[in-house]
Amino acid sequence: MSKLVSLTMAEARKGLAAKEFTAVELVDAHILQAEKARPLNAFVTETFEAARAQAAASDQRLAKGQAGAMEGLPIGMKDLFCTEGVRTTACSKILENFVPPYESTVSANLKKAGAVVLGKTALDEFAMGSSNMTSAFGAVENPWKRRSDPAARLVPGGSSGGSAAAVAARTVMGATGTDTGGSIRQPAAFCGITGIKPTYGRCSRWGVIAFASSLDQAGPMARTVRDCAIMLGAMAGHDPKDSTSAPVAVPDFEAALSGDVRGLKVGIPREYRPDGLSDEVQALWDKGIALLKAAGATPVEISLPHTKYALPTYYIVAPAECSSNLARYDGLRYGRRVDGKSLDEMYAKSRAAGFGSEVRRRILIGTYVLSAGYYDAYYAKAQKVRRLIAEDFTKAFQTVDVILTPTAPSAAFGIGETDDNPVTMWLNDVFTIPTSLAGLPGLSLPAGLSADGLPLGLQLIGRPFDEETVLRVADVMEKAVGFDAVPAFVEG
Amino acid sequence: MAYVIEGETGDWELVIGLEVHAQVTSNSKLFSGAATDFGAEPNTQVSLVDAAMPGMLPVINEKCVEQAVRTGLGLKARINLTSVFARKNYFYADLPQGYQISQFEFPIVGEGEVILDMPDGSSRTVGIERLHLEQDAGKSLHDQHPSKSFIDLNRAGVALMEIVSKPDMRSPEEAAAYVTKLRSILRYLGTCDGNMAEGSMRCDANVSVRKAGEPYRTRAEIKNVNSIRFLQQAIEYEARRQIDVYEEGGQVVQETRLWDSSKGETRSMRSKEQAHDYRYFPDPDLLPLVLEQAFVDHIKAGLPELPDEKKERFIKEYGLSTYDAGVLVAEQANADFFEAVARGRDPKLACNWVMGDFAAAQNRLGRSIEDPVVSAADLGGLVDLIADNTISGRIAKEVFELMVESGKPPALIVEEKGLKQVTDTGAIEAAIEAVLAANPDKVADYKGGKDKLFGFFVGQVMKSTGGKANPALVNDILKAKLA
Amino acid sequence: MSLDKATVRTIANLARLEVRDDELDHLAGELSNIMTFVEQLSEVNTDGVQPMTSVAALSLPRRADVVTDGNCRDKVLANAPEQQDGFFLVPKVVE
Repeated sequence: MSKLVSLTMAEARKGLAAKEFTAVELVDAHILQAEKARPLNAFVTETFEAARAQAAASDQRLAKGQAGAMEGLPIGMKDLFCTEGVRTTACSKILENFVPPYESTVSANLKKAGAVVLGKTALDEFAMGSSNMTSAFGAVENPWKRRSDPAARLVPGGSSGGSAAAVAARTVMGATGTDTGGSIRQPAAFCGITGIKPTYGRCSRWGVIAFASSLDQAGPMARTVRDCAIMLGAMAGHDPKDSTSAPVAVPDFEAALSGDVRGLKVGIPREYRPDGLSDEVQALWDKGIALLKAAGATPVEISLPHTKYALPTYYIVAPAECSSNLARYDGLRYGRRVDGKSLDEMYAKSRAAGFGSEVRRRILIGTYVLSAGYYDAYYAKAQKVRRLIAEDFTKAFQTVDVILTPTAPSAAFGIGETDDNPVTMWLNDVFTIPTSLAGLPGLSLPAGLSADGLPLGLQLIGRPFDEETVLRVADVMEKAVGFDAVPAFVEG
Repeated sequence: MAYVIEGETGDWELVIGLEVHAQVTSNSKLFSGAATDFGAEPNTQVSLVDAAMPGMLPVINEKCVEQAVRTGLGLKARINLTSVFARKNYFYADLPQGYQISQFEFPIVGEGEVILDMPDGSSRTVGIERLHLEQDAGKSLHDQHPSKSFIDLNRAGVALMEIVSKPDMRSPEEAAAYVTKLRSILRYLGTCDGNMAEGSMRCDANVSVRKAGEPYRTRAEIKNVNSIRFLQQAIEYEARRQIDVYEEGGQVVQETRLWDSSKGETRSMRSKEQAHDYRYFPDPDLLPLVLEQAFVDHIKAGLPELPDEKKERFIKEYGLSTYDAGVLVAEQANADFFEAVARGRDPKLACNWVMGDFAAAQNRLGRSIEDPVVSAADLGGLVDLIADNTISGRIAKEVFELMVESGKPPALIVEEKGLKQVTDTGAIEAAIEAVLAANPDKVADYKGGKDKLFGFFVGQVMKSTGGKANPALVNDILKAKLA
Repeated sequence: MSLDKATVRTIANLARLEVRDDELDHLAGELSNIMTFVEQLSEVNTDGVQPMTSVAALSLPRRADVVTDGNCRDKVLANAPEQQDGFFLVPKVVE
């Protein structure tokens, strides 16, 4: 394994500037690693040739002193971002052969910054899932292994599981994710990397295949907090093509990493200690609290009383929006078509053949909760509870600057180890969903290993558009934790 | 007198409410930057947003918002400073998103009114329930292929205003007057071109019948009515149909019915009924539309004089009859033409000419007011020639036809053709003397009591003067001579 | 809250998803399970609470009325399963 693939973006940026290696060398090393990592199935579509050409162009810009903020850095692009001329599937059969004639704003921003895209990374179909097992193109394997059972194939989490696995396996230095209820943070935790879902409205949704419009938000996944800061800076920005994009300036996120958290108040929500929370997750959280205290921050117990209603709220709001957002996949203008005798038959057959079972389930639930006679009882009710959940955070942030919680209730589980009940699977997102509903920035960073040698993550939640504080605290924690474990796949 | 339909069980009254879909006049679509021109090649005026490609997002066109507010103000309606776009979910071939972005619970415009000008000169007020903005759908062509429909999305996403009336109309004529008046107001405001043939204005009618004094009965919604004439026919047909149903002991079902203009009947669209659950919810891609009062005030300050105000002014300022004023103001360009003719002249004379010979010639030659058979200045010139006795009204008609034919100004025609009126009493006297001398027997008869012969003498005098003699003078002098 | 097979059939039809008869039982069970789970929201007192449709504390931004898009039929039709003469084609729609 080339040493180049172990570099962080910040290190690689220095090396490129100092001409220690070229962008082509850097990208080639990662392509080699990606080829080795093919059994993980992290990429749906590889774009190695285009990446090499981009890297050569990066070298020219570097030579001319015209380097962008991510010049020559190899990344993965979640296959939910439409990429011009490159197949974009959302890991659904219904878009199996869809080649967008347009480029999403976020991927365009990254390319403009000089980032080199090695390929499209796998996800749960239409980003609906927490395991990557709902992808139409096969499960993705987590590069980490249980000490007790190295043969077991583990999930990388989801929905941005392909991105998380690709970053953890050192095939790319960073990757884009999208997060609707935890889809950046939970796979980051499962794969021992860092990921931040920024404030809703921070990154443009234009050209990102929609799951639930009021919740979807793009963000970076990388191996360090600083790399996330670099990448977020390149992705973010107001986009007039997205009516929900916030017209706010993009701060210098890297500059926020001052290393100083003295005097900060860190909220510790008591509702995030449900009965049955595993001892090791509990212990990890306590460790995080202790580290921050030692760094000069003040832990403050807070209450977010409506936390337990976040999951049911989410599972009304998200399916409702998804049932409508996915109506456009009708086999008419693009995507899979199964012929029928009538138009309606064509729709029903195309959609049944094109969508997997989790997507179908959510479309049905969403259709049901919006249908006549149920709207008030379910959808309107959920939107009201959503406000109460958001207000919980607003109140908490009157006294604290940042909130610390676990990212997920457990470490990565095995492919096929879950039961059939979809609700059990959804519990993976119990700690990440409230933040999504409130539109707040949330970051997961690896904070330790489970007894079985698997990474566990802690989550930091910030005020709206205050990613800077979140990143600053995360950076301090990262240094204090000194997480240096590497996945079994990388150890070789 | 109230409009009733006589049935076997007595008289029936009609209750009609109309939903008019008016295409907003704008360069680009409601939520995309694609053009709105009519008649373009298929799918050329379609953006990736209109085609509902994955990840595409709507951004609202400010002009369309302005136009909706302007229309609301023109309908004397309440403007809602906060309104919300909602998705109306249903599947159809020409609906790319699988939902129509519309407004449901919170429309941009609330209650207002339209004053109808009835043909007998009376007025009636019809309430407006609401006006909201929504996207138009694309077009399906069913006759291009034996087993396929062709889909063109050029119209998909074009802004529409849905204007919903209260069930305040009671006859097909009132419905026609409503659409006519609404169209007139929209055209004055410049918010819709009102072109029903091109589909810029479409109409659905909610029709029910009842016996006098009853509460409302079940209504049927008639779709696809694309002219005012068809609207009247469709309402009449539907009312009769419902009366027959009731009188045969049946019940009218609430349903959507399609007007078939070739058969002159409405028919049930049951196929569309079965899945009638639109699952409206606020569009999460769009935030609430919040308007500043100043924005509304600014639009209000720029409103043109509308038909009702103009009509009022024409009656007051020009002394026109209610009917004449109503006809003249229906189209702003007509009203402007009239005013150009009437300015500084006898307004009634101007009105008679604009609504008489001029309108007839326009009709005969199929001309629009933008391309008049004679200019307002020339028609005004003609009125001047009448007013200062240069020519008589009768000669004026001749001059007018020559103006239409040649395009020459009236004074030149009068000059060239020597049509100037003879007002020299001496010359008229001489002509009268000659006529009386040539017809001694008729003079005797007249004096013997045959009064009717007076007209004969006038005719002869006019004939001998080539019609140029001033008719009033001829009358006066002739009377004196025959006395 | 439990959904019977007829309800599942109705919503599947609304959503234009073909569901085989032999899937109905299983689906009805799954969906009922989910609905039972979300039912707990009824415990929450939401009197006087405004529904939250977006977390973005913004008013709707508006764009100028300028033609900036369209005229890209090739792109619009590029992924069409069936097309002819610039149109999308679908099985004949009978009104």
